[in-house]
Amino acid sequence: MAEQAQATDTGPRPIVPWLKLAPKPHLEGIKCACGAIYLDPKRVACSKCGETDKFKPLTLSDKGKVYVFSVVHQSFPGIKTPYVTAIIDLPEGISVRANLMDVDPEQAQKEPGKIFNLPVELVTGVAAKDREGHDVVAFSYRPSKN
Amino acid sequence: MRNVYVLGTGMIKFGRYPDKTVPELGGQAAILALKDAGIGIKDVEMFACGNLYQSNAMVGQRILQQIGQTGIPVINVSNACATGSTAFREAYMSVAAGMFDIAMAVGVEQMGKQGLLGGAGGGDPAYSTEGKVGSGLMPAVFGQAGIEHMRKYGTKLEHFAKISVKSHKHATKNPFSQYRNEVSLEDVMNARMVAFPNTLYMCCPTGDGAAAAILVSEDKLKQLAGGRKRPRVAASVLTSDPWTDRDLTLPDVSTLTRRASKLAYEKAGIGPKDIALTELHDCFATAELVHYENLGLCGDGEAGKFIDSGGGVHPSLGGHDPVNVSGGLLSKGHPLGATGVANICEVVWHLTQDDRAKDRLVPNAKAGQAHVIGLGSACTINILTI
Repeated sequence: MAEQAQATDTGPRPIVPWLKLAPKPHLEGIKCACGAIYLDPKRVACSKCGETDKFKPLTLSDKGKVYVFSVVHQSFPGIKTPYVTAIIDLPEGISVRANLMDVDPEQAQKEPGKIFNLPVELVTGVAAKDREGHDVVAFSYRPSKN
Repeated sequence: MRNVYVLGTGMIKFGRYPDKTVPELGGQAAILALKDAGIGIKDVEMFACGNLYQSNAMVGQRILQQIGQTGIPVINVSNACATGSTAFREAYMSVAAGMFDIAMAVGVEQMGKQGLLGGAGGGDPAYSTEGKVGSGLMPAVFGQAGIEHMRKYGTKLEHFAKISVKSHKHATKNPFSQYRNEVSLEDVMNARMVAFPNTLYMCCPTGDGAAAAILVSEDKLKQLAGGRKRPRVAASVLTSDPWTDRDLTLPDVSTLTRRASKLAYEKAGIGPKDIALTELHDCFATAELVHYENLGLCGDGEAGKFIDSGGGVHPSLGGHDPVNVSGGLLSKGHPLGATGVANICEVVWHLTQDDRAKDRLVPNAKAGQAHVIGLGSACTINILTI
């Protein structure tokens, strides 16, 4: 039944399981009682404290700050370069890796200091179409509008 | 644990060998090491072979099928870029523990033309996150490690570039190096950007290579060395990445190196000031810079100052605390499985005033260290003394 339901579902799909598209796009992680946060919920135990059953789901903020970045000039076929890749610190205490949009790569290289701590917000967009014809949605960040 | 000595070493020039097989390259290095040690394959009691890209294909046994099938135990080791040095450590442990008196370690790799980008996994490529949800490729990962240093301490692009200039200059004296061309600061700064801040010359090349070492117990050393002084493995340390805040997102190459370094200095009973030369894992110029501090060659936040004062540069060029006098991965090349054994060969050659390092010998070298990081992560540090 589940397979059938999946086969007839033509809606968009997230590129990674921790990107949730509804009710509005956001990231969802899991938090261990010890404080460690992970994006991937498929986890045997906490790699910080070793506990197996102290996890709770945690909805992550859609705003964060850039920790560090790089500008990628050489990538896989089909990936447009240059683009900015960044490590974003979220207020919950976890870092995520994503593309940084609406930041000029050349400018970022000239004045890297201006990118550190830049307030950013989550955005999503269709990144590819899968073999079954579903739109695949990826997340990235852009400088906060407010 | 017993004392262990490096009786012989062998290495082929790093480069491209499209007409050779992995066992041929590894076999050549093994033969060179056996000759250098003055023994034959029949004397070897245990063999640890490091290779990454054929790690499911019994490379060690296939090397013995090239140079002598004696029926000894063979371990095939895979540990990312620390593959060769982990194989060396396996051989070291087998002798230190008293299991065997003569062990051989070989590191070998044929990289083909895949470059640093590596291969993509299986599955529907639409769900590949690379380039769509940031980059996990090595140039970006190590670019960010450099940017982190820049963020913390105001490190300048020139500091990273100077490391590349230095390593290329060192490589001109090393006939085993894949590249032996000098580059100017302008050449490095203006070269094609691969992943900011690493330009082309700040990234190690890909190539093939092999290196080997013969390790022996003290009794065997007395029997076989014929009066030659041979270095002792004063410390052989392996660490993995402990839990740190961002490690799963931005691999943390510093914490496990610092831990390995502390353990290695303690075990060897010496400190960074006693180290005559360091071969460290400069897969990118940014990596070398952070490891100056991780290995205690300078204080935290002082890598820029260290570079500006000639730190890392060969004494014959007016520098101090020489790092990667072989040319490093940046010039010598980085055939993954071979790297960890090759940088141990380099340290051995300086300690024994070996002809193979005759144009670049660090004077009065009594102790040296070889450091490798395999991302994922593994760190090895081997300290050798004479």
